[in-house]
Amino acid sequence: MDFGFLSEYWYYFVSGTVNTIVIAILTVILGVIIGTGIALMKISHNKIFKAVASSYIEFIRGTPLLVQITLFFYLISLPEFHIFGLEMERFIPGVIAMSVNSGAYVAEIIRAGIQAVDKGQMEAARSIGFTQGQAMRYIVLPQALRNILPALGNEFVVVIKESSVLSVISISELMRNTNIIQGAIYRPFEPLAITAVIYFVLTFSLTRLLGYAERRMRTSD
Amino acid sequence: MINVKNLHKTFGSLHVLQGIDVTIEKGEVVVVIGPSGSGKSTFLRCLNLLEQPTDGEIIFEGINITDKKNDVNKQRQKMGMVFQNFNLFPHLSIIDNITLGPIKLKNQTPEQAKENAMSLLKRIGLEEKANNYPAQLSGGQKQRIAIVRALAMSPDVMLFDEPTSALDPEMVGEVLEVMKELAAEGMTMVVVTHEMGFAKEVGTRVLFMDEGKIKEDAPPSEIFTNPKDDRTKEFLSKIL
Repeated sequence: MDFGFLSEYWYYFVSGTVNTIVIAILTVILGVIIGTGIALMKISHNKIFKAVASSYIEFIRGTPLLVQITLFFYLISLPEFHIFGLEMERFIPGVIAMSVNSGAYVAEIIRAGIQAVDKGQMEAARSIGFTQGQAMRYIVLPQALRNILPALGNEFVVVIKESSVLSVISISELMRNTNIIQGAIYRPFEPLAITAVIYFVLTFSLTRLLGYAERRMRTSD
Repeated sequence: MINVKNLHKTFGSLHVLQGIDVTIEKGEVVVVIGPSGSGKSTFLRCLNLLEQPTDGEIIFEGINITDKKNDVNKQRQKMGMVFQNFNLFPHLSIIDNITLGPIKLKNQTPEQAKENAMSLLKRIGLEEKANNYPAQLSGGQKQRIAIVRALAMSPDVMLFDEPTSALDPEMVGEVLEVMKELAAEGMTMVVVTHEMGFAKEVGTRVLFMDEGKIKEDAPPSEIFTNPKDDRTKEFLSKIL
């Protein structure tokens, strides 16, 4: 084992980790927006909305992320341009593919969270005279949020790990940068070991943070 | 006040309501009794369209609420409902449970709504629970709060769907007491219940339902002492 290469290549790990985190945050935000829309379509009474939402979820969950990412990369072809040193012609399709993928899983989290709220809550709200929308907003969604947030935290952890697949379209996130170091020093193992530890530290601290937040939320009941 | 004409309701192949015709006048306390599965809860839930009737008409204060063009949310504000399982909003404090409707739907200021809610809470002796959450209350307290929540909208009629069925026996009394007071003040009430004592004492009229039909419709003094319908006789002989 020789970690001497770190003095020369440490910055690749740092920038890769930063990019991975940025990608994960963007993916989760966009994924929640997409997922909310899809979930609302799926629980609506409109047959077309329902069908579109179900097909979306089934298709995304039934195909590999790797395929989706490469598909989006060739589908969305942009001219080369850089922001903060990131190659946007790769970064944008990559993040869109990740968000579209995560959106399907988030949609199921949100749908399950809403449907877990007792049916009597909607009925009580409607019996007072609230419209369907008002009942959702004031009564059902605030309760659903308590079911949704912890699961959404887990999705964040999943996205951090799965973003490593983006290395196949050469987005300089953590995994891609690891590949670069491996090629430069002709040693495959050590860079990968460091990368594994970095991923673990990221996901483990996030899990801990979420566990803490969840406990706080429960005691405020 | 409420005029029900030829009301039918089916769930799939199950014909739960098979033509209900009944008129409920202002100030009446109508108690609906009958065996389980007779359609009494479904009938009650049709009155404010929590169940969409398959056929028939419901006229409430001169408005046909079963008309597709009618926006029932307006009439629901005038029809308070109390459920078997209370259905208080667990994420809101007691005071917010009561004031949410008046503030959002009747444009009351939070101060007005709160003042009104506190005087209602005082009447049932739970004003010190205003800032508690539903999970901190007993079943009987929850149900009394649920009644007050419905009253805060100043309804013209109150619908009760087996309000004491989910309660511990020792808490039934306190809920019935609130309902009795309400009846004494002249509130129009439709009550689905198994509490025959309540039906006798407070009811002005008893509907006996079986197999989706009203089999007998008479004042309690008559129905309990001298039932006309055979099925009513059989039912009452089993439970009295």
